[in-house]
Amino acid sequence: MLKNMWTFLKSPSSAAMWFILAIGFAGGIIFWGGFNTALEVTNTEEFCISCHEMQDNVYEEYRETIHYANRSGVRATCPDCHVPKKWTDKIVRKIAASKEVWGKLTGLIDTREEFVDHRRAMAEREWKRMKDNDSLECRNCHNFEYMDFTEQGNRSVKMHSDALASGEKTCIDCHKGIAHELPDMKGVENW
Amino acid sequence: MKLLSLLVVVATLSINPIAKAEEAAVTNVNPGGLTTIRGAAPLEETREAERLKRVIKDKNPIARNYVHQPPVVPHQTRGYRVDLNSNKCLTCHSWKHAAETGATKISLTHFETRDGKTLSDVSPRRYFCSQCHVTQADAAPLVENTFEPVESLGNE
Ligand code: HEC
Ligand code: HEC
Ligand code: HEC
Ligand code: HEC
Repeated sequence: MLKNMWTFLKSPSSAAMWFILAIGFAGGIIFWGGFNTALEVTNTEEFCISCHEMQDNVYEEYRETIHYANRSGVRATCPDCHVPKKWTDKIVRKIAASKEVWGKLTGLIDTREEFVDHRRAMAEREWKRMKDNDSLECRNCHNFEYMDFTEQGNRSVKMHSDALASGEKTCIDCHKGIAHELPDMKGVENW
Repeated sequence: MKLLSLLVVVATLSINPIAKAEEAAVTNVNPGGLTTIRGAAPLEETREAERLKRVIKDKNPIARNYVHQPPVVPHQTRGYRVDLNSNKCLTCHSWKHAAETGATKISLTHFETRDGKTLSDVSPRRYFCSQCHVTQADAAPLVENTFEPVESLGNE
């Protein structure tokens, strides 16, 4: 069987076959590269705020917070907090984000009012995602191992050395609304 | 042509005296020159703004000076929202959370309405915390103050 295959591939009549294989291979590389480039382009803040839904609402709010402007000039951009770094997780999030494109096309959020009405639902999905991954995106930058408690305020030390250190709670349990305004918090745990 | 130049001459003559009068009026204004607690500043100049003071990052509660004084806030509150949707202060200072967070509980007076009825949660008139409770900066007092706290508050 294998031998048959080999003789066939060696014969001149198999040129077409080789051609197809070569095209497939080259195409694969191009597609793969293009795919990753597309991933990268869509992983920038400029891309996120190219939609008014994001620009007029969450972006404007975020500009007043510590992750946009602070004493050290280090910034956290939208994808830093919202798009997982690990490739597989990133793909999953990107596919989920096709919902956003759909929302854009169908005009789910046209006005500030519509955004505010929709905020609780979106925030809840985001909280759940971060709760489930133990606030991975926060931890990409803020590593508990390297937090110097002598540099933190009394309140931070108390909460961090207690509920956070024991693993009972994760960043998002206590730091909701770190980058945007909050929805109506009625019934949300700890509010 | 002649008419035109005549017009121009008349026009310049009539404008000039007004401009002169205006100039005189400006120099005659009393520039003030009073020294206030903000320093001396002539009226026609805008003084340079003071440097912003730094808010105390975090420290233990600051003693009160008189009975019924709203205690001042001994920590930063940057980015803490208090609005229709949420009240960040109450996530630590409410009765529900105070034990766990170690924050000072809000006073029971905060549950009372204007006419003395006690509600089951914070009264709307006490909801906006920073109307009474303010953060502190390490700034020197602008004027000397000889106020002494009452002895019963145990303030040094
Ligand atoms: C095509 C326009 C568009 C772009 C570009 C866009 N968004 Fe959105 N986004 C939307 C819309 C519309 C929704 C509401 C979707 C819904 O709830 O169905 C949304 C919802 C969200 C949500 C809430 C998710 C949820 O689970 O409800 C997050 C978080 C978000 N966007 C972040 C981002 C980030 C980060 C970027 C850049 C990588 C981005 N968006 C780019 C239009 C866009
Ligand atoms: C891209 C890196 C990055 C990511 C991701 C990130 N942060 Fe930060 N964060 C920073 C930096 C840098 C600062 C400090 C800026 C300074 O003080 O100079 C900061 C400051 C903070 C502060 C201090 C606020 C204050 O007022 O002092 C909190 C709280 C915080 N981050 C929580 C979070 C949480 C929660 C998440 C996840 C949702 C998160 N961060 C994600 C970089 C990041
Ligand atoms: C049990 C609640 C709790 C958890 C869990 C928690 N924090 Fe905090 N954190 C606080 C409180 C309370 C403060 C101080 C008040 C404030 O800044 O609003 C604080 C302050 C901070 C600060 C500022 C520190 C300072 O004093 O300058 C940073 C940065 C921060 N948290 C990051 C994180 C990150 C990252 C995580 C997850 C790894 C996390 N926190 C988990 C309650 C918590
Ligand atoms: C420091 C991390 C951080 C950064 C940076 C950040 N976000 Fe968020 N975002 C969050 C968290 C946490 C939530 C969940 C709701 C909450 O707690 O406010 C959220 C919620 C959202 C939502 C749901 C609606 C809402 O207000 O809850 C959207 C949409 C969103 N973010 C888009 C963006 C966009 C676009 C950017 C960039 C301009 C951005 N975010 C930057 C942390 C961040």
